Amino acid sequence: MTTLNLFPAYPEIFVVAAICVILVLDLFISDSRRVVTYLLTQLTLLGAIMILSMTTQSASTLTFHDMFVDDFMADTLKIMCCFVLSVLLVLSRQYLLVRGLFSGEFFILILFALLGMMVMISAHHFLTLYLGLELLTLSSYTLVALQRDSSRATEAAMKYFVLGALASGLLLYGMSMLYGATGTLDIAQVSQALRHGISGDKTVLVFGLVFIVAGLAFKLGAVPFHMWIPDVYHGAPTAVTLFIGSAPKIAAFAFVMRLLVSGLEPLVADWRDMLIILAVLSMAVGNIAAIAQTNLKRMLAYSTISHMGFLLLGILSGTHNGYSSSMFYIITYVLTNLGAFGMIMLLSRAGFEAENIEDFKGLNQRNSWYAFLMLLVMISLAGLPPAVGFFAKLAVLQAVLQAGYVWVVVVAVMFSLVGAYYYLRVVKVMYFDISTDPSLIQPESDMRLMSSVSGIAVLALGLFSQPLLALCAFAIDRSF
Amino acid sequence: MPHAFPYLSWSIWLPIVVGVIVLAVGAKRNTEAAKWIALVGAIAGFLVTLPLYQHFRLDTGAMQFEEMAPWIRGLNINYHLGVDGISVWFVLLNSFMTILVVIAAWVVVEKKVAQYLAAFLIMSGLINGSFIALDAILFYVFFEATLIPMYLIIGIWGGPNRIYAAIKFFLYTLLGSLLMLAAFIYLYFQAGQSFEILKFHKTMLALQPQLLIFIAFFLSFAVKVPMWPLHTWLPDAHVEAPTGGSVILAAITLKLGAYGFLRFSLPIVPDASHVAAPYVIALSLIAVVYIGLVALVQADMKKLIAYSSIAHMGFVTLGIFIFNVLGVEGALVQMISHGFISAAMFLCVGVMYDRVHSRQVADYGGVVNTMPIFASFFMLFAMANSGLPGTSGFVGEFMVILGAVKVNFWYAFLAATTLIFGAAYTLWMYKRVIFGPIANDHVANLKDIGGREFVFLALLAVAVLFMGLYPKPFTDVMHASVTELLTHVAQKKY
Repeated sequence: MTTLNLFPAYPEIFVVAAICVILVLDLFISDSRRVVTYLLTQLTLLGAIMILSMTTQSASTLTFHDMFVDDFMADTLKIMCCFVLSVLLVLSRQYLLVRGLFSGEFFILILFALLGMMVMISAHHFLTLYLGLELLTLSSYTLVALQRDSSRATEAAMKYFVLGALASGLLLYGMSMLYGATGTLDIAQVSQALRHGISGDKTVLVFGLVFIVAGLAFKLGAVPFHMWIPDVYHGAPTAVTLFIGSAPKIAAFAFVMRLLVSGLEPLVADWRDMLIILAVLSMAVGNIAAIAQTNLKRMLAYSTISHMGFLLLGILSGTHNGYSSSMFYIITYVLTNLGAFGMIMLLSRAGFEAENIEDFKGLNQRNSWYAFLMLLVMISLAGLPPAVGFFAKLAVLQAVLQAGYVWVVVVAVMFSLVGAYYYLRVVKVMYFDISTDPSLIQPESDMRLMSSVSGIAVLALGLFSQPLLALCAFAIDRSF
Repeated sequence: MPHAFPYLSWSIWLPIVVGVIVLAVGAKRNTEAAKWIALVGAIAGFLVTLPLYQHFRLDTGAMQFEEMAPWIRGLNINYHLGVDGISVWFVLLNSFMTILVVIAAWVVVEKKVAQYLAAFLIMSGLINGSFIALDAILFYVFFEATLIPMYLIIGIWGGPNRIYAAIKFFLYTLLGSLLMLAAFIYLYFQAGQSFEILKFHKTMLALQPQLLIFIAFFLSFAVKVPMWPLHTWLPDAHVEAPTGGSVILAAITLKLGAYGFLRFSLPIVPDASHVAAPYVIALSLIAVVYIGLVALVQADMKKLIAYSSIAHMGFVTLGIFIFNVLGVEGALVQMISHGFISAAMFLCVGVMYDRVHSRQVADYGGVVNTMPIFASFFMLFAMANSGLPGTSGFVGEFMVILGAVKVNFWYAFLAATTLIFGAAYTLWMYKRVIFGPIANDHVANLKDIGGREFVFLALLAVAVLFMGLYPKPFTDVMHASVTELLTHVAQKKY
């Protein structure tokens, strides 16, 4: 047996080590100096990004007895996750401080979740995949429940936990069936076994596939497995909502890619139809239900559901073009979401959550710069040019059309119109209504800078989308 | 011959950059400076477009002043600009109108002036972009992006029912354009993974997909024009929009729809256009006759002019879909002329509204007694709107009617009724507002127009008369491109 090659896993090892250090150090830090933990966490994320970019290699490497893979897509997505989390921490620092959530646990849990995502992204074996997923979701449940005295948060966490555990169960069940059909848990070998064709009854295989797709849909929040999303988004503290809607979505994309594309691509004809149903339903329910919401967090939750439908569209096209479009879509969506939730946290202050659409009334009068940033975010989510959301939708739609699904494109386009209505309503409230809230918006300078940057990024990425698109295409081509 | 100086890029980006500067300056409550910067920017924006006419080559129907740079390589989207005889006038018209809008807003807009002016400047650049983009996605980006400033203009500075109007305007227009996007993506694959509009023109297509693409384009452009029965957003938007918004809507953005027919529908799906032509002509004639009658009964002046716009645009679509040189050139002339006239009409209503704060015909009467200079300007524009020979309104309508006679006498006959209806609703409104005894104290206290108002009305009056008396420079520029377009349309694509 050859010696274990640890090189591909250096970033994960670094994160584990950093978590241990922060965990111990945090014990000796008083509440007033908690900012040290914050800075150490940021440093960890920065270090992880640096190690990731240094260890990037364009060929994929397997290690840990083929249970762990390091390829270009994994490195790209991991860097994105770290970057997004770093921005998230800047955006939520003040929010957490005011609410007494600025504690060591928050940062530790975020880092554990990051570790889970990284493992998930690099999984080359069903068990590794599951391990990473559980590490991520268990940390997320706890994060949602972090605000102990809020009954809403506790309820959300409970709901999240029960449904999440159910989804994990479905996933495991599906995996076990696949194991029964193919005799292996290694993703590449599963794919090989399927390609050679399995003798005998295919029923167990299809059953396994159904369970796996259902489990995936749960984790992504695609209709009809979306029930937890609005409640969790609404109930969790906004910083945590932002977390759930950000990096884990990128990891979930990798999860879908590893399972469906690397592992089950020979069954593409079977899962494609399931994804079409999930995608169309998600776009329909997400967009229509969002209209009725008065709470911005809930509205964004339903909007997430519809965006997940769009994400699935790219994957179901079954081509490299489609996968890279989906990758572009999810990355830009997460960045846009940072802007949206960042703005909610920016307007919130002690004892007041700016989470109702009404709270944005007359924002243009109060501060036209923030209103403009929110406008950019909203038109991006609505998929209107010149914001990046348009180019993401364009990329996905052309991939779907190339795969020959004209009617799906028309449906997607029609639901975008419905979507435009509720995003526009936020713009309407900000620009056309008269403000009733006389208080000044005075965020700290790091927050101000970061929310401006993430708002402008939505526009800049739209006007100059070429590099990121090329990166996604390159990552997918190299990794699959 | 490639031109060294990128006039087209300047015509897009100069107003946008100035708009951003105006926003930045205005944010510091420095509205006076913001206004002057906006005015200088608008004039400079017009000046950079003048060379487009000056250096325009009349002997070719090909694209001129082309600029090309790759934009998004992954999707093969290029920053490709160019003008031909069809589009060049709209760039000039739009840049010209922006100056007027800035002047018209000078003292009238009280709320957030800098944002108002910036929105118009940015929109001016975006509209120029949609007229000169030669890449379908680039076009789409500009086309859609114009919605956002317009939405804000109607919603922030509009009348009492502005929010309803703004949302209706936005959703109607978006509905059409989303389908157009789907059609573009389809064409992208048919044209060998390219979004070049000129490649779309040469792409062979069977009749079935042509018809579907035609419908997608039609919904998008017919909403924009707007054609009956997709016109209902327009009266709402016009009535609620501030004066500047109405001017740009009527003078420029409506033309985007008709321009879309000429640039996209006709050359890309010529056979489907031929199949659909009788229906489109029918809709156009309904617009001319029925909407003309609707305009007759309006009590609100802005609504009346809005309906008259729909009727006039009916002429444009009629001219386009009879597929002869006279018709298409007539349609183009009509579009430019309607740009001047409708802008002038809305500005005239704006002048009265600023003083009396009412748009109802019934609130006026005898205005000529207190505002004689204004009344004469208004007279000229009202005559032009009803198509009096000697004004620009006559030229386009006459050309379209002549073109229509060649195709079918009844088309021409029905179209010609507009000369009666147009005169009826415009002049009747004029009579009730301007003549007669002084209706009330408001009218009695009116002051005649000042220097600022005189400037923009005079500029428009000159334009209307010049175009009416000597339309040759306008048609000369179009001729080569229109001829080429029509030979192209006459060829089968499958």
